[in-house]
Amino acid sequence: MSPLRRFLRTPEAVAGAILLAALIAMALIAPLLFPGDPQAIAGPALLPPFQDWSLPLGTDRLGRDVLAELFHGARTSLAVGLAAAAAALAIGAVVGTLAGFAGGLVDEVLMRITDAFQTVPSFLLALAFVSVVGPSLGIVVAAIALGTWTGPARVARAEVLSIRERDYVASARAIGMHPLEIAFREVLPNALPPVLAMSSVIVAAAILTEAALSFLGLGDPNRVTWGGMIAEGRAVLRTAPFLSIVPGIALVLTVLGVYLAGEGIVETTAVRRSLS
Amino acid sequence: MSALASIRDLTVTYRRDGNAVAALRNISLDIVAGERLAIIGESGSGKSTLALAIAGLLPASSAVAGRIEWSGLGRPPLLGRDIGFVFQDPSASLDPVMTIGKQIAEVARTHLGLTWSQAYAKAKTLLERVRLPDPDSALHAFPHQLSGGQKQRVAIAAAIAAGPKLLIADEATSALDTIVQAEIVALIRRLVAEDGMTLLFISHDIALAAELAERIAVFRHGQLVELGATAQIVDAPTQAYTRTLLDAHIGLDAAPLLNRAGLPA
Amino acid sequence: MTRALILLRRRLVGSVFVLLIVVIGTFLLLEAAPGDAVDAYIVSTGGDAGMIEMLRHRWGLDQSELTRLANYLWALLHLDLGQSVTFSRPIRDVILERLPNTLLLMVSATALSFGLGSALGIYAGARPGSARDRFLSIGSLALYAVPGFWLGLVLIVVFAVDLRWLPIGGIETLASDKTGLDRAADIAIHLILPVAALGFIYLALYLRMMRAGMAEAWRQDFVLAAHARGLSRRRVVLAHVARNALLPLVTMLGLQSAQMLGGSVVIESVFSVPGLGRLAQEAVASRDTPLLLGIILTSAVLVVVINLLVDIAYAFLDPRVGAGEAGA
Repeated sequence: MSPLRRFLRTPEAVAGAILLAALIAMALIAPLLFPGDPQAIAGPALLPPFQDWSLPLGTDRLGRDVLAELFHGARTSLAVGLAAAAAALAIGAVVGTLAGFAGGLVDEVLMRITDAFQTVPSFLLALAFVSVVGPSLGIVVAAIALGTWTGPARVARAEVLSIRERDYVASARAIGMHPLEIAFREVLPNALPPVLAMSSVIVAAAILTEAALSFLGLGDPNRVTWGGMIAEGRAVLRTAPFLSIVPGIALVLTVLGVYLAGEGIVETTAVRRSLS
Repeated sequence: MSALASIRDLTVTYRRDGNAVAALRNISLDIVAGERLAIIGESGSGKSTLALAIAGLLPASSAVAGRIEWSGLGRPPLLGRDIGFVFQDPSASLDPVMTIGKQIAEVARTHLGLTWSQAYAKAKTLLERVRLPDPDSALHAFPHQLSGGQKQRVAIAAAIAAGPKLLIADEATSALDTIVQAEIVALIRRLVAEDGMTLLFISHDIALAAELAERIAVFRHGQLVELGATAQIVDAPTQAYTRTLLDAHIGLDAAPLLNRAGLPA
Repeated sequence: MTRALILLRRRLVGSVFVLLIVVIGTFLLLEAAPGDAVDAYIVSTGGDAGMIEMLRHRWGLDQSELTRLANYLWALLHLDLGQSVTFSRPIRDVILERLPNTLLLMVSATALSFGLGSALGIYAGARPGSARDRFLSIGSLALYAVPGFWLGLVLIVVFAVDLRWLPIGGIETLASDKTGLDRAADIAIHLILPVAALGFIYLALYLRMMRAGMAEAWRQDFVLAAHARGLSRRRVVLAHVARNALLPLVTMLGLQSAQMLGGSVVIESVFSVPGLGRLAQEAVASRDTPLLLGIILTSAVLVVVINLLVDIAYAFLDPRVGAGEAGA
């Protein structure tokens, strides 16, 4: 049975894939469905949902279209989630490979640095970083990556430690390959699978962290974010709770989708590895 | 000579990845009360499956046909109470985070209705019976602090704690060094004699079995090939496969080693 | 006991080194900020160039980076974290004031998540693949996906606004002059919602870990052996399987403490709890760099201490730990 068919047979994985597809669709068609600035005033303030069909989910405190904000927020969440995860995985893979392959002092120093990054709560670190440099999308991505690269680094290092004893590494050494070349051309690609298996968790964590940063007012002010929407809705929590609740539901479904689909991929490809 | 258990047309099928694998096919044999019966075979012969089936330890995914009648008991056997089971790997059969004293005591407590202090006293007695050095401190030791042979002695103690009528040793010596093997075989022999237990000894080593058993059953590919008294099997086997197994033991056999351990060869 | 002490000593040395890296790293990071505390101060209170220079000199901000780092490290040795620009008080005092509230929140939330999570995990893992197992598995995954601050807001809407059972925020009723048991009860009521919000997020984690740990433990041979010895299913589940599955969870306690400290920032913000997390947010808002540095350092020390305690607890729980060195 091919991995794809195995994936399709797992109900949770399929559910996740559907949620994820919906999210990606929302992000991609947002500028088409809701052209113009989603932060522009679209109607009267605090219009309840399902009353005016040109504003299906109503408006917020300033009269902005909630549905448009929701769709545009998907773009931010997706972009930040994927970019931060990619950065964290890349940094972690490189650091872990270097540490595991070089060993000795290099390993010690890199591991102490990894310890230091793990000792500081990642959210506090992200907070400090964004507050220092200023909130923009790229900075938020960097801030999140700074807090999450340590996990992949440890996994990569563990893999590399076992790989570097293998025969094909010894033969590469024997033909005189430069150690750095061996590390990155022979060892790293083989150490990647367990690192990549972490990607769904990291993407999910990145999306949630971005939402929390935006909630605290540290997100990119020029972009619509679900976290920012929830923060905005807090001021009118008594009278219009849906303004905070709806973006939160979107977040839950998104993270759930990422997690289920990601785990599904890991399960189906991992099974194939053990069978072959 | 009454039968403790009668096995009739026992067939066990495992389901693996959608395929059905027959581990035992139409096995019929009697286990005589008080005898020492050895089940011999190579890997895949079904000998361990037979042991698990008799003990009722088969996985839920297995299909069982045929029957086992326990005329010697008059009722279906209770695990631990009527049947003691010793596994191959002593490191794996003991809980790594519980003291060995407690692991033996809990068996006594479960089946004999003892209080914890009574159960611990019984555990100490059992440790003395299996000749574990310094039973007092051993009670509070953890499995990783013992050697392989010592761990297997503990496993045996736990298996006989409730005084079962049948002791099943599933490759109980296969994971141990040769000299330790001989010691454990001697231990099992003594305990079985002292308590009047029936012994089912599973092994791939026909020489070891010949030293211990009164009867030998030879298995191959899930079928019973030959069954008879030890002397007959060893000296005059009727089946070619049995002869092949015996011939594979030319040269190094258990006799000189057992001699050195001070046991009858 | 010696086993624990040997571990402690080795970890202590390593931890000091790690904390040093944290201090230097964070110091350099915060130095990278364009503008400093004085600029932020001036923005809100106003002042001319002369005042700016005077303030800079008073707060030592006109010296070189390296000098300031050296001064800072020296002060640290005296447990002096510097002066907060925002509060005009020693940072150490401000932090120590707020710290107990955060600790209370964290300990309660951890007790909730670990206790209830493990219990539910054992319940689910006792019958792998059963209906309740699948339900708890999906349920915990959904809970895992919930943002803490959003859960907090939902809880406020339901329990504080709609039902009016619990207060909206704060740690106690202001100016109520309650003492002793009354005060404790008052604080407890105020903490129910924040603890629930913080706790339920990590509950999912422990539930899933315990469930996975049980599944792993079920496959171990000693479980079959315990079954072969005729032990009751209940005893096998609790005394053997769960006990073994507990070990990785205890390790996770240590790792999660860092995450929970981060999570407390938003929760304290949502519920207006005057703790360390909220203080961090205030420090960010007022660009009070020394205060932020002090908070990060305190958090790091807290995480190190918690991890040390967890490691000692683990050494007690797993008899195999340190067996080689202490010569058991």
